[in-house]
Amino acid sequence: MLKRTDYLTRTYGKPEGWTLATYERDLDGYKVARRVLTTMTREQTVDEAKKANIRGRGGAGFPMGVKWSFMPKTVGAKPHYLVVNADEGEPGTHKDRTIMELNPHACVEGCIIACYGIGAHVAYIYVRDELHLSKARLEGAIKEAKAKGYLGKTPFGKDYPIEVYVHSGAGAYICGEETSMLNSIEGRRGEPRMKPPFPANAGAFGCPTTVNNLETIAVVPTAFGMGCEEFSKLSALHAIGDGGIRLYGVNGNVKKGAVVELAVGPTLNELIYEIGGGVQGDRGVLCAIPGGSSTPILRPEERVSAPDPKSPLHPYDGKSVFDVPLGVETMRLCGTMLGTCCVTVIAEGTDPVWCFQNLMQFYRHESCGQCTPCREGSAWLLRVTTKLLDGKATQEELDGLHDIANGIMGNTICAFGEGTAMPALAFIQKFRPELEQYVRGERTRAQATLNVEPWR
Amino acid sequence: MPFALSPDRERKLQEILPRYPTRMAVTLPLLHLCQEQEGYISDDVIEFVSQRLDVPTAHVKGVVTFYTLYNQHPVGKHQVWVCRTLPCALRGAYSVIEHCEKRLGIRCGETTPDGKITLRTAECLASCGTAPMMQVDKDYYENLTRERVDEILKELTES
Repeated sequence: MLKRTDYLTRTYGKPEGWTLATYERDLDGYKVARRVLTTMTREQTVDEAKKANIRGRGGAGFPMGVKWSFMPKTVGAKPHYLVVNADEGEPGTHKDRTIMELNPHACVEGCIIACYGIGAHVAYIYVRDELHLSKARLEGAIKEAKAKGYLGKTPFGKDYPIEVYVHSGAGAYICGEETSMLNSIEGRRGEPRMKPPFPANAGAFGCPTTVNNLETIAVVPTAFGMGCEEFSKLSALHAIGDGGIRLYGVNGNVKKGAVVELAVGPTLNELIYEIGGGVQGDRGVLCAIPGGSSTPILRPEERVSAPDPKSPLHPYDGKSVFDVPLGVETMRLCGTMLGTCCVTVIAEGTDPVWCFQNLMQFYRHESCGQCTPCREGSAWLLRVTTKLLDGKATQEELDGLHDIANGIMGNTICAFGEGTAMPALAFIQKFRPELEQYVRGERTRAQATLNVEPWR
Repeated sequence: MPFALSPDRERKLQEILPRYPTRMAVTLPLLHLCQEQEGYISDDVIEFVSQRLDVPTAHVKGVVTFYTLYNQHPVGKHQVWVCRTLPCALRGAYSVIEHCEKRLGIRCGETTPDGKITLRTAECLASCGTAPMMQVDKDYYENLTRERVDEILKELTES
């Protein structure tokens, strides 16, 4: 069910909404961080954080509190670091930018609480270079907070130094992968590292590090402010460990692209019709990408099959997957992923093969080239889909697509490989007839773009 | 002529250095400062960064060639990036690109003969809800209409 909230978005659209004055006036800014630092221990902070059931907002959906608890209990010779992932660049994802631009103080306050919880004194917010306004707003917020004594040597009078720095990327999608981001912060090429060791043991500069998504961090003050258990209960999926509120986005062929804050658990249909205002040209939906291009597509005809009463999907047995609440577990059980919760809607009449090829261009461009299956596989996926569009591919090549994608799965250092292969496999499986029409010459590239919504 | 940072950028570098436990970590920020000044990363810049941070030139070159936003060759005065990835493409990004190419008389990846504008396509710029969009230097322009694109390009050509 659609339940609008405005904990993070209350300052959106207000004049000077990004300033400390607005944050303190409208959102009781920094009161929570003050309370945590002056009245709670590190252990209490982590225990409380776990109760919020905040699933990582970056796409993988790992529980935030549990991640914090992986950090060494005592700080040894090596300092701890917090790295905040704001390298937002997954096609279809446009939520973190709004927080940085319109409510940057929530990010800074979140950093203070998170640093305290994991025993870190330094946080790096890794922002992609293109987001100049976001960086300026964050830096402005850091400066304001520092001037008030909320950051620095003794934040809120407590002898626990905290510094927050903005680190700029340089145009590499792969740097959103956590270990690649660590290499990038260290000043290296952004190539992912083998795990283990995990960042909690050896992260930035070889020291214990927690990497959290920016939205994850920004929502922390809200959760601690109302009590983490209360926060978790706002969600329709609280019972299956997916708590609180999050930012949902809708883009693509909808009448009105948007980012809104909702309690966890709206359905795809609710997002498309109630938030997005319906499909452009009042067409039907061909398919939707639930949370960034790496999450396999869903088609509205797909039905939930969950006869087992113990399954969280059982109440939706027989219904369309577009009527299932969007949560980490529910989407996994639907054969896709929740990802970043920003839905890309593709209208009926759009050519799915053209969409497929468009995405493959992205993955080909962004593969870092370290692992052969991903470097070569992404290139072959693009080559074959381009040949298909040009009407030059054979049946044999079409059949080979599946093997190429399968050859990437599980054979790479980082999850970029799966991120390429999973959507490719979904397109191959769910749009096989359309792909075959290209081989037989019944569809052409010229027709493919005819039904794309015209630019005005 | 060997490269040197301008005094204000040198001050900025001094601010950045203590933020990191190693000098190598300053590679990306310093390259940004250099590119801001020079427009692209020349061999002289690579030499400068290498000496300044005490890292091998091969390391700096490796970093420069890895990241899309470091220009390895001189580019125009203004950078125009049009996002071409799916959410923008669904809302007419390819028409925007075609329109820009026609208006400027160049193809994507090229610079206008007067050296003013370099036009390129970008992969997702995190502005999907307000597609189609383009980035001009440091600014985002969203929900683009034909008129808006014409205005932006006119302003750039006349600047």
